[in-house]
Amino acid sequence: MPDDQALYRGLYRIRRFEETVLNEFSSGLFYGTTHTYLGQEANAVGVLDHLQKEDIVFSNHRCHGHFIAYGGDPRALFAELMGKKTGVTGGRGGSQHIHWKNFYSNGILGSTVPVGTGAALAEKFKDSNAVTIIFLGDGTLGQGVVYESLNLASLWDVPVLFVVENNRIAQTTPIELAVAGEIPPRFNAFGIPTTELNTSDVCEILPTARELIAEIRGEAAPRALILHTHRFGPHSKGDDTRPEEEIKRLHAKHDPIKIHAERLDKNARTIIETEIDAQISEAFDLAKNDPLPAYI
Amino acid sequence: MSTVLESLNTSLHQAMTRDERVYMIGEDLMDPYGGAFKVTRGLSTEFPERVLTTPVSEAGIVGLAGGMALRGLRPVVEIMFGDFITLAADQLINGITKFHWMYNQQVNVPIVVRLPMGGRRGYGPTHSQTLEKLFLGVPGLRVLAPSALGNPGDLLERAILEDDGPVLFVENKLLYLQDIIDPSAEAEFVLISNTTTETYAPTYSLTLRDSPPPILTLTAYGYMAELARAAVLKLAYEHEIFCEMIVLTQLSPFESKTLLPVPLLTSIQRTQRLLTIEEGGITMGWGAEVVARASEAVGDALQSATRVAARDIPIPASVSMEEMVLPSVDTIVQAAKKMV
Ligand SMILES: Cc1ncc(C[n+]2csc(CCOP(=O)(O)OP(=O)(O)O)c2C)c(N)n1
Ligand SMILES: [Mg+2]
Repeated sequence: MPDDQALYRGLYRIRRFEETVLNEFSSGLFYGTTHTYLGQEANAVGVLDHLQKEDIVFSNHRCHGHFIAYGGDPRALFAELMGKKTGVTGGRGGSQHIHWKNFYSNGILGSTVPVGTGAALAEKFKDSNAVTIIFLGDGTLGQGVVYESLNLASLWDVPVLFVVENNRIAQTTPIELAVAGEIPPRFNAFGIPTTELNTSDVCEILPTARELIAEIRGEAAPRALILHTHRFGPHSKGDDTRPEEEIKRLHAKHDPIKIHAERLDKNARTIIETEIDAQISEAFDLAKNDPLPAYI
Repeated sequence: MSTVLESLNTSLHQAMTRDERVYMIGEDLMDPYGGAFKVTRGLSTEFPERVLTTPVSEAGIVGLAGGMALRGLRPVVEIMFGDFITLAADQLINGITKFHWMYNQQVNVPIVVRLPMGGRRGYGPTHSQTLEKLFLGVPGLRVLAPSALGNPGDLLERAILEDDGPVLFVENKLLYLQDIIDPSAEAEFVLISNTTTETYAPTYSLTLRDSPPPILTLTAYGYMAELARAAVLKLAYEHEIFCEMIVLTQLSPFESKTLLPVPLLTSIQRTQRLLTIEEGGITMGWGAEVVARASEAVGDALQSATRVAARDIPIPASVSMEEMVLPSVDTIVQAAKKMV
């Protein structure tokens, strides 16, 4: 179990990165689109903290938090968002299409689920003992290929953890208009054991994720983890259709940073925050001065 | 003498023997059935661990194979009828064919997707199409189509074992039972196999033995090469029109420098007339692209060009109507006669 300070660092790093992205988008330095992870930081930190070197992550459009929690370099991600040569994928992929080590993301909702399942199956055939994590949102549960993949993962005992980040909204569409019935039976129907957590506390997500990942590694079989979570920011940038009071309420009750901050004394917190603020602003400045690709 | 089917089947056995990273994935692949067209027969008996018979999930299994390929395996997917590739189009276009480029050349996706295509079996509108034109020009995707010429199995084996990128391998269903035409044993035609540095897929040129210089270039691929060959004989013996025929086995990408395979360009420069023959629908088809490229490459040297292709309507089930939609030896002969 990592100590509280390390966890706070992990959460706060994502928060500062995403705030910088949102704040600086209007300055014209970023190009294209972004989907910030504000409010969901505890999911990435809690789940990915247990990864071993050989483990694999398939992420989606909302990938910044996953990438940073995986150990990705904020400067390379800033640079990618700016279309710079030093970006994670050299400016080719942009915010939603990045790859580094065993981390892959794609902006086509649901398309990563069969690909991630195949990657996990390959690792099983190779006896590498790797676990693959696939992140998907509640809205993505509308895609048919997700269920083809759950079927395959269960039939063939694929060592994969499906992590549903249920923030109860898909772009502007509330879950009530898009997801019929309940989420867990969708996994249970395929014989995939499912765990649900309703928390923004990293210390609650952490032990559950550790247990599930250990089970997957031990049994070579799939599991699902449904994390009820909250999106604080707009879907992309400036496109939030929700009332302001609701966002305020979410911040007050469900902020993973605030929840975890309670466990640290004020002094330790300030030290961490100052350190990360400096790291992120340095990463941003470096990326800002990096060159654009000159040829293709 | 072996059939195209035997050649493909043998090459799958060989590929699985030679490289343990090769996996066979598809619906109803298990023996004794061995796949809807029997191309994978025997594999599940010989390699039970590496033949995965799957649920009916075209998008899922193509995506899954893409993930396996990303992680270093060499999966081969059989789509039972090529028509069903539309279900996996997203996996191919927005995923598998993009990963290498969009992840900044840090990954390879060596996957082969086999597609039994084509009509004249009475299977009707959704099981008889020739849909590869929808995938021609997709960046990062190689589209291959063997004919009965040369060595179809060798082409497949090289796609599986040597190609580090995604390949669609189009197998016309009527070719399966055709005997392979071996260049050295060919009596009527002089058959030359050409390769370039840009691809391992050969281009074949055929001319009638001891005939006068050709005045028309025919180009075709897959089963249409068989019809075109019959048309070339008919044109020579019944109409005294002598043709050269160029058969492509790589449909996409086209040659980057010369625009078209050099044997095709050389032939067009000689005959100044080009007739393209394909089983897919005519509009926005392979032939349209070949003609456009020929025009760009040889300019005024191309005096006339015509496309023979399927009409732009679904393939009917009825044998009489099917014949009215698809190209035939006769339609090729008629088109050729109008050009000279
Ligand atoms: C196939 C596809 N359809 C639509 C979109 C556009 N889009 C991007 S994110 C999004 C909502 C996704 O919602 P959810 O899965 O709940 O994830 P969240 O954004 O809440 O993290 C939509 C509709 C897309 N990227 N891909
Ligand atoms: Mg959502």
